[in-house]
Amino acid sequence: MTRITLDGIAHAYGGKPRTEDGYQLKPLQHVWEQGLAYALLGPSGCGKTTLLNVISGLVIPSEGRLLFDDRDVTRLPTEQRNIAQVFQFPVIYDTMTVAENLAFPLKNRRLPQGVIDKRVAEIAAMLDLTGDLGRRARGLTADAKQKISLGRGLVRSDVSAVLFDEPLTVIDPALKWELRSKLKAVHRALDLLMIYVTHDQTEALTFADKVVVMNDGRAVQIGTPAELFYRPEHTFVGYFIGSPGMNLMPAEVTGSSARVAGFEFRLGDAYSALPGDGSVKVGVRPEFVSLTSGPGLPVQVRRIADLGRKRLAYVNLGEHALVASIPNDMESIGDTANISIDPANTHVYVADIRRRGAPA
Amino acid sequence: MTFVLDHIGLETGGVRVIDDVCLTLEPASLNVLLGPTLAGKTTIMRLMAGLDRPTTGRLLLDGQDVTGVPVRKRSVAMVYQQFVNYPSLSVYENIASPLRVAGLAKAEIDSRVREAARVLRLDNLLQRMPGQLSGGQQQRAAIARALVKQAGLVLLDEPLANLDYKLREELREELPRIFSRTGAFLVYATTEPSEALLLGGSTITLREGRVTQVGPTSLVYRDPVHIDAARVFSDPPLNELAVTKKGGAVTRVDGQPLARADFLSTLPDSAYRLGFRAEAASIGAPSADSLGFPGKVLVTEISGSESFVHVGVGVGTWVCLAPGVHDWAPGQAVNVNVDPRRVLVFDASGRRVAGRAPERAAAAVGSGARS
Repeated sequence: MTRITLDGIAHAYGGKPRTEDGYQLKPLQHVWEQGLAYALLGPSGCGKTTLLNVISGLVIPSEGRLLFDDRDVTRLPTEQRNIAQVFQFPVIYDTMTVAENLAFPLKNRRLPQGVIDKRVAEIAAMLDLTGDLGRRARGLTADAKQKISLGRGLVRSDVSAVLFDEPLTVIDPALKWELRSKLKAVHRALDLLMIYVTHDQTEALTFADKVVVMNDGRAVQIGTPAELFYRPEHTFVGYFIGSPGMNLMPAEVTGSSARVAGFEFRLGDAYSALPGDGSVKVGVRPEFVSLTSGPGLPVQVRRIADLGRKRLAYVNLGEHALVASIPNDMESIGDTANISIDPANTHVYVADIRRRGAPA
Repeated sequence: MTFVLDHIGLETGGVRVIDDVCLTLEPASLNVLLGPTLAGKTTIMRLMAGLDRPTTGRLLLDGQDVTGVPVRKRSVAMVYQQFVNYPSLSVYENIASPLRVAGLAKAEIDSRVREAARVLRLDNLLQRMPGQLSGGQQQRAAIARALVKQAGLVLLDEPLANLDYKLREELREELPRIFSRTGAFLVYATTEPSEALLLGGSTITLREGRVTQVGPTSLVYRDPVHIDAARVFSDPPLNELAVTKKGGAVTRVDGQPLARADFLSTLPDSAYRLGFRAEAASIGAPSADSLGFPGKVLVTEISGSESFVHVGVGVGTWVCLAPGVHDWAPGQAVNVNVDPRRVLVFDASGRRVAGRAPERAAAAVGSGARS
C-alpha cells in the first residue's frame, strides 16, 4: 500500500528563480492515493515528463519533498524506489520467451516458482498473451512486444507505483482501442497506483481516475474526466479537453446575466463583485450551444462541419467566433440562424480562473 | 483540366501492391486517401508524383500521358508525416529553397515566402533555425515550402500525425483552405476516419492496395457500398452481427432469433452481415423502435466530449456512443439499443444490399464549401 505525496515539489535549473516563470515545474502540492490511476496530460513542454521523472528518480527536484507513504524518497536513486516503468518503446529480451519475459521481474526478486507461474498466467490472460507464452519474443510484431512490456510493468504486485511514459506511441491506431480498454480493465483488477503520461486526451480520460492537466509547468486542474468536462477550473482545461474545446467570450456579467457583443443571455449562477477591467469571460462548451430554428441569439453561419456522428456549426455572434452543435433533426441551415445556450453549463472566468457563483 | 489514374497497378517482387486503381481528380479538389497502415496510401502518392513507375496503367494530366515523366520534370509538392527541413538553413531559406532551385528572381522569391509565412503564421519565425521551433512550427515550415512552389499536384502524407491533437485540430481546418486557393490537385492521406470527415472533400477508401469506394466524404461515410469501405471508415470499429434469413425468420449467428427484423423484410432468404457504427447504438431501457441486446459493460472510453461504451453482447463486443462524459462501471449489466434505420446490411460477399437511406447525404455533399 503506497500513497505518493508531492510536498511543494518544484523544479528549476540554476537555483531558485525570482518569478514563477523561471520554473520548469511550478510548485505542486498533492497526494496521490493507492489503487487510483492518474494521468499527466498536456501539450509538449508542459512539464508532464519532468514530473514523471521526479517520481521515477531521473530528476531530483530543486524544491520540495517526495514521499512514498511517510518515507522521503526525494534523493533516492530509481532502483531503491520500488517502482515499475513502461516506456514508449518495448523493453524486452528478444531471446527469451514471452513467459520468461513476464517472469523476469519476479525471478529477480526470487519469488517462489509457484507464485511466479500463477502471476504470469494471470497477467498474460489479462493482456491476451496466453497463446503466445511459449513463443520467443524475437519474431513478434511491435504491438505484441509493447504488450509484453506492459505485462512486465504490471507483473509485480508489491511495487509502490507503475509509471507509464506514452506507452501506446508505437501501437497501430486500430489496436489502440483494444489496448486502452485492456489497460483500464487491468487497472480495475489490480490494486496498484498507476501514473500515465500522455498528450492524448482520450488516452488520459479513458485510463485515469484523476487527470492532472498541465500547461506551462503548472498543474492547472486535477480532476475526474467528468469534472474536467463539466467544470473546467481554468480556461486552458476548457480549451484542451474536448474537440473542439470550450467557447470563450469576453463578457460583461451582472448577476446571472451575461452580455456579449451587445447580446444578452442567462447564466446558471449569479456572480457578484467581478472586475470591470475586461478580464471576465464566459465559457460554454459546443455541446451546450445549440443551433435552433426557434428563438435565440442571432448568429452568422460561417461553416458547417459534418463529422458523421454529429454536425457542428462554426458561427459568429457579433464579432465572436463560436462553435455550436446542430440538432440531428435540423435539415436546412441558412447563412443566419439562432443559437440557444444552456445556462446550467455556462461558466465565468476571471483572468482564466473559474469563479464560483451563487445559485441564481 | 483533370488528373487521371487509369487502371494503375504496381507489382514488386511478384506481389501486387496496388491493384487496378482508377481515379479522376478535379482541379482545386481535396481528395482524401483513407485506409489503415499498409493499405497503399503512400505507394499511390509516390505513383502520382512520378517517384515510382506503375507496372500497368497510365497517368493522364489533362489528357496527356505523363506516366514516364520523372518527378523533377513534374509540378509536384509533397509533405511527409516526419517533418523535413534543412537543419542548417533558416526558416526563410527553407521555405525559399525550391524557388532558388527553380531560379526565380529575388523579389519574386521574397514576396512568395512572406505570403506563405503569413498564411501559415510563421511571420515572426523566419529568421529562426528549424531546431529552435516546436514540432508544429517545423511542420508548418515544411507545408509553407510545399505551398510556395505553387505546384499543380500537392501530396500530403499524414502531415499532422506527429502533432499534438490540438494543433491537428487547428491545421486540419486551415490546410484545405490554404491549398484550395492555389487551384492544385490536393491529395491527403490519413488513417483516421474523423480526420477525413473534418477535411470534407472527396474520400477514397483503400484496402490492401485496392480502392473500395470513391465519393463525397460524407456520402461515403453514410452510404458505404461494401463492408470493407464501412470498416475502414469507422472509428471506433464497425459493430457487426452475422444473421441468417430463412422463411421470413431471422436468426443470429448464435442461433437466437433476431426480433424487430422488419428492416430485412424485402430481402430474400440468405446469410447477411449487419454493420452499425457506435452512434447507432446507445445504452438505455429497451424501446419499441430499437433492436435490443442485453450485455455487460467491459470498459468506457472517454474522448473529451463523448463516451464510448464497450459492451460484451455474447455475439461479440460492440461500442456504443453516449454524448458527454460518463463512466459505466465494468461488469454492469446494460441494454444496448440499436436504431434499425442506421443498420447497414451486407451480403455474404460484403456488398451492401439494403439498410437505411443515406439521410442528409445530399445536403452533406456541399458541406464545408462555405467558409
